[in-house]
Amino acid sequence: MWRDTLLVAGKDLRIEARSRVALSQVAPFGIVALVLFAFALGPDRSLMAKGAPGLFWVAVLFCTVLAVQRSVAVESVDGARDGLRLSGLDPAGLFLGKAAAVAAQLLVLEAVLGVGVVLLYGARIEVPWLIAASCLLGTVGLAATGTLYGALSAGLRVKETLLPFLLLPIVAPVLLAGTKIWQAASASGLPSDGNQWLRLLVVFDAVYVALGIVVYGPIQESA
Amino acid sequence: MAPSAPSPSALTLRDAVALSGRFPLLAGVDLEVARGETVLVEGPNGAGKTSLLRVCSGLVPLASGQLSVLGLDPSRQRNRVRRRVGLLSHASHLYDDLTVRENVRFAVRAAGGDSRRIDGACDRLGLTGRLLKTGAGKLSAGQRRRVALAVLTARWPELWLLDEPHAGLDASTRATLNELIAEASASGATVLLVSHESEFVGSLAPRVVTVTGGRVTSDRWVGPGGSPVERTPAVQPDPAEPRATVAPPVPGLEPEPPARVTVADPDHRGAVTHVA
Repeated sequence: MWRDTLLVAGKDLRIEARSRVALSQVAPFGIVALVLFAFALGPDRSLMAKGAPGLFWVAVLFCTVLAVQRSVAVESVDGARDGLRLSGLDPAGLFLGKAAAVAAQLLVLEAVLGVGVVLLYGARIEVPWLIAASCLLGTVGLAATGTLYGALSAGLRVKETLLPFLLLPIVAPVLLAGTKIWQAASASGLPSDGNQWLRLLVVFDAVYVALGIVVYGPIQESA
Repeated sequence: MAPSAPSPSALTLRDAVALSGRFPLLAGVDLEVARGETVLVEGPNGAGKTSLLRVCSGLVPLASGQLSVLGLDPSRQRNRVRRRVGLLSHASHLYDDLTVRENVRFAVRAAGGDSRRIDGACDRLGLTGRLLKTGAGKLSAGQRRRVALAVLTARWPELWLLDEPHAGLDASTRATLNELIAEASASGATVLLVSHESEFVGSLAPRVVTVTGGRVTSDRWVGPGGSPVERTPAVQPDPAEPRATVAPPVPGLEPEPPARVTVADPDHRGAVTHVA
């Protein structure tokens, strides 16, 4: 399984390195979203700093939808999905590999967006490790759910519009927990307040990674 | 304990029905192909030839009937079957952003093949020099076909399922393809070949199966020049189940009247070919 995971993740990351879709399109889209949020909130810096954690995670969710759609699109050309099925790869390894590649891209995007909210909104970070932990755990959950629901919508003609509709409500706990953890990591809260939300992210990750390992194969076969 | 002998049959379909929604792709196929045999599958457009290959590769499940591939049940041992079967389909299964070499390497490694065979396979198909470092998105249709063939050659599966393999290839690659098919057969691999271009297949396939309306309507051996010959099948039918290879008609999917019909001999002495 791990061999297949590395093989698939390596393939997807190599494709991303060549096409640079995440860096040249998804990251700028995230930055544009942050700028538009700033316009909507007005010139009040304190309001922007207060809303920064939530806006950061909303931008991350939007970027997740694009990254997952790209991950699905890569397999939609020239029967590539059938090629993967025909190769006899372990479905669990396939799921973990695709999710790992999405997660790697999301971590880079989060770093870019994190710098964006600090510069644009003046967001404060008092406990960086807490935010780093929330990003890591949140990314695992987003990548797992995104890969799962991406596969679910892959065989449908309306996948581009259906995926956000399916995915965004499901990842609401990540938005909520990520926002609360960031608030706890800023001057407005105590680091210990973030622990329960970190635990929520751990449970969310465990549920969706396990679910993906079990059901990704049947979903691939029926897509 | 002595290991059990491998099944003499590479492929067995009994009353195989496959559906796409409610549309029948296969409507009761009976077919038995021995190991090492090369079979040409022919028939009109939409007859079910491609569906037959997709069922045999495990991509399309059966709705009813039985299927055995290399002695394995694809519904239960899906990945084991797929690693031993190679399908050359209309799609090349290539990633446009990867180079030719990266595509071949990924496909061969994903299927558990031997990476050391990649260079030889690429050489054989004329994928050398700068072409190996070219992105698959920049290749012509024929070149993409050659890359897909290189994957198959490097993997060298036990069952080759080839769907219109000559389509889009130049004359020299067609000749190479025919050499590969002959070598695969000589090495003990089984080849199921779908083609409308029997002139390119030549004498590679001594057995010709005609599929019409999702069923096998003719199963015959041909000699040089395409003349029908009588021959006992390598895989004998089960004495307990004497049956016609022509399935009864399915409502809504009426086959065209076949020119030749092969009926399993009730005395189990082989196939009798009736030429209409």
